[in-house]
Amino acid sequence: MSEYGFGNPEVVEEEVDILLIGGGMAACGAGVELMRYAEANDLNIKLVDKAAMDRSGAVAQGLSAINTYMGDNDPADYVRMVRTDLMGIIREDLVYDCGRHVDSSVHLFEEWGLPVWKQPGDEGKKLTEGGKPVRSGKWQIMINGESYKWIVAEAAKKSLGTDKIQERVFIVKLVNDKNDPSRVAGAVGFSVREDKVFVYKFKCCLLVCGGAVNVFRPRSVGEGQGRAWYPVWNAGSTYAMALEAGATGTMLENRFVPARFKDGYGPVGAWFLLFKAKAMNAAGEDYQVTNAHMLEEHNYGNHAHGHVMGTCLRNHLMMEDMRNGKGPIFMDTPSALAKLAETMTPKEIKHLEAEAWEDFLDMTIGQCGIWAGENIEPDKEMSELMPTEPYLLGSHAGCAGLWVSGPEDLPGVPEHWSWGSNGNKYRAMTTVNGLFTAGDGVGASGHKFSSGAFTEGRLAAKSMIRFAMDNKDYSPELEDSVEDLVEEIYKPVRNFLEHKDYTTAIDVNPHYITPKMLQFRLQKCMDEYVAGVSTYYQTNAAMMGVAERKLTMLKEDSEKMRAKDLHELLRAWENYHRIMAAEAHMKHIQFREETRYPGYYYRSDFLDLDDDNWRVFVNSTYDRKTKEWALVKEPYVELIKDLNK
Amino acid sequence: MPTFVRTDKCDGCKGQDKTACMYICPHDLMKLDKDGSETGHAMRAFNQEPEQCWECYSCIKICPQQAIECRAYADIVPLGGSVQPLRGTDSIMWTIKFRNGNMKRFKFPIRTTPEGSADPQAGRPDANSGDLAAYDKLFDNDLHSCDMSQFN
Ligand SMILES: Cc1cc2nc3c(=O)[nH]c(=O)nc-3n(C[C@H](O)[C@H](O)[C@H](O)COP(=O)(O)OP(=O)(O)OC[C@H]3O[C@@H](n4cnc5c(N)ncnc54)[C@H](O)[C@@H]3O)c2cc1C
Ligand code: SF4
Ligand code: SF4
Repeated sequence: MSEYGFGNPEVVEEEVDILLIGGGMAACGAGVELMRYAEANDLNIKLVDKAAMDRSGAVAQGLSAINTYMGDNDPADYVRMVRTDLMGIIREDLVYDCGRHVDSSVHLFEEWGLPVWKQPGDEGKKLTEGGKPVRSGKWQIMINGESYKWIVAEAAKKSLGTDKIQERVFIVKLVNDKNDPSRVAGAVGFSVREDKVFVYKFKCCLLVCGGAVNVFRPRSVGEGQGRAWYPVWNAGSTYAMALEAGATGTMLENRFVPARFKDGYGPVGAWFLLFKAKAMNAAGEDYQVTNAHMLEEHNYGNHAHGHVMGTCLRNHLMMEDMRNGKGPIFMDTPSALAKLAETMTPKEIKHLEAEAWEDFLDMTIGQCGIWAGENIEPDKEMSELMPTEPYLLGSHAGCAGLWVSGPEDLPGVPEHWSWGSNGNKYRAMTTVNGLFTAGDGVGASGHKFSSGAFTEGRLAAKSMIRFAMDNKDYSPELEDSVEDLVEEIYKPVRNFLEHKDYTTAIDVNPHYITPKMLQFRLQKCMDEYVAGVSTYYQTNAAMMGVAERKLTMLKEDSEKMRAKDLHELLRAWENYHRIMAAEAHMKHIQFREETRYPGYYYRSDFLDLDDDNWRVFVNSTYDRKTKEWALVKEPYVELIKDLNK
Repeated sequence: MPTFVRTDKCDGCKGQDKTACMYICPHDLMKLDKDGSETGHAMRAFNQEPEQCWECYSCIKICPQQAIECRAYADIVPLGGSVQPLRGTDSIMWTIKFRNGNMKRFKFPIRTTPEGSADPQAGRPDANSGDLAAYDKLFDNDLHSCDMSQFN
């Protein structure tokens, strides 16, 4: 049996001080920052990514804007904006910390070669030299961002060195310490290229695998299924693995349902903010005006300040027209461009047109494909808007994630919001000793975006260095044996090899289920019972009772997934992570008996937004032995003055 | 818009153990059919799960033969349009062809420095391990000014 092959993987074991799981924005930030201290302190580091860092994660296509850059703004105002957008519930300490550090990251990006748009007269002048950026909103700056990830990964890869990077390894689970179950000691995964299982032991790790996509049935169900707005390859690994290891989740009831150009999900931000376009219903009415009175119902306007309101509320006003049959909702791109053109030269108009296209070509190229196929030129033809299926994420305009330790130096922060071990406190650590997260992994602190995710990775890096040094003598021991772990990871392969000859049709077999069908089953359940698009984002206790039953059996059946090759093994484990993330999301929605995010989801049995009882964090823990969830309320603390009180 | 590979252009990356498209696809979709048993075209790559394609264009941009293109999702988009990039070291050229034959071309810068030149530390002064726990003094002291009177 010396020959390794499908079903008999080679086992590679490695012990490091710090493991980075994921290679996206947050991991790159950590990679850059860690190496400033690692050598001097003689620390061994490794980064594992399921894909290739050059184009992995949410920024694979590039981006057309950096959405978080303070510039002349005060971080306190940033906190106020995020608080308003996320309906009054955020960890203000975490958001503030991100705000006061984020510009430094953007300056690095520019230094490395990312083109940042400048105001006329300031071309060629760097931000650090006082160059004024072009803003598409108070917090966003425009970039030529096709190679954004490429550039950031280049710096991170150079910093780490290629021998410290392992690509194409999918991490399946974290392993707790044998002698201390409240601590993580390792992580295991497999290569999607060769028959190898990787077992890592470490002092601490950074789990940054992005958000959760394809948990809900997508609007596109045929060949276009892969066209989710958020990256289809981030499968909730961050949430699933952390929760299974015992980490506390927070605000996992939150989700993001972006309103985007229909079918291609092209961004609308620049159209609304930069080009000043308006959206309207079939009758030409602006739902933001005609439906504004809806903010007075159910207390939904509690956290809105005039026309400044949460993104979910804008969805709420739009969906009202859709539900009432007043669609389609159109973005009036021709009028917007015509208006701008009134004061412009033909050359400037041409430039403007290029900017409009670049906005898509930099981050949602598929939208251009739809415009090209449907003969839509934005200066001549309007385009439809549509809210997408829900996604779970913690770095964009959503705040699902994990409960992490905050900065210690800000005034008014409850003592128990920063913690650590052995008398030391570690920013960015979850409630599991040695497990850190950043970016989409951090809950209750949305609106960090690409720059903030990178920044949080850097913040975590500094804590991890301290953690590794404070634990110099710690020697990790895994709770499970390597043989058991390999068996567990290769279970879908075993299922296939054992039963494949039972039937003549490889995909239809009573002894196993293909990952694809399991995914459809999950998506159908979440869509129909947990406020997906088919119920117009509505659910109630009874519907979730049904979902709960279905999810329990689905989880049981997930052990019968098959994998006929390594690619399918990848899909199998992605789906396992999706199920965990989905279950957490549902549990949180069940617990929160109010409608906090109208426009993202409605509890039709508790339609009010109820600040008296529910302006609190909802925190959850999962016990993987008993498979039980425990949910609690954590009181809200407002750190930054509310100027509207 | 799933990708497809042109049989007349793909050369299987000249039989190297790792093809460019397989290397880059964030979703593990591109696959080399070494012996032709899967597609009937030996030493050509193909998209093994087109309905999972994010149309991120990573494979298209990296293919040294320009052998990969996109055909918009057949269940959503009428036939006939195309969006094709040509990515260089400092800029990218896009050619957009509409179903009705109209064409548009755009060129955008992608980076201001030579490829491979990014200095991770960007000339920052050496790190001081003593600063590791100083929350208000992180990174390169490039900390944003903060109006502390805004706290409750
Ligand atoms: C369409 C779109 C538009 C956006 N627009 C903007 C914008 O205009 N401005 C802006 O600033 N931000 C924008 N963002 C947000 C930004 O991309 C994210 O905030 C940021 O990328 C989050 O960083 P992250 O490190 O948490 O996750 P990611 O960057 O997504 O990284 C996740 C990493 O984990 C890896 N991974 C996943 N699972 C596993 C596993 N099990 N094992 C190993 N590795 C794994 C992935 O390969 C990837 O490397 C946009 C995102 C999208 C998708
Ligand atoms: S990168 Fe291009 S040439 Fe190379 S295998 Fe893929 S399609 Fe063929
Ligand atoms: S377009 Fe992106 S997702 Fe699709 S095959 Fe190419 S690299 Fe993969």
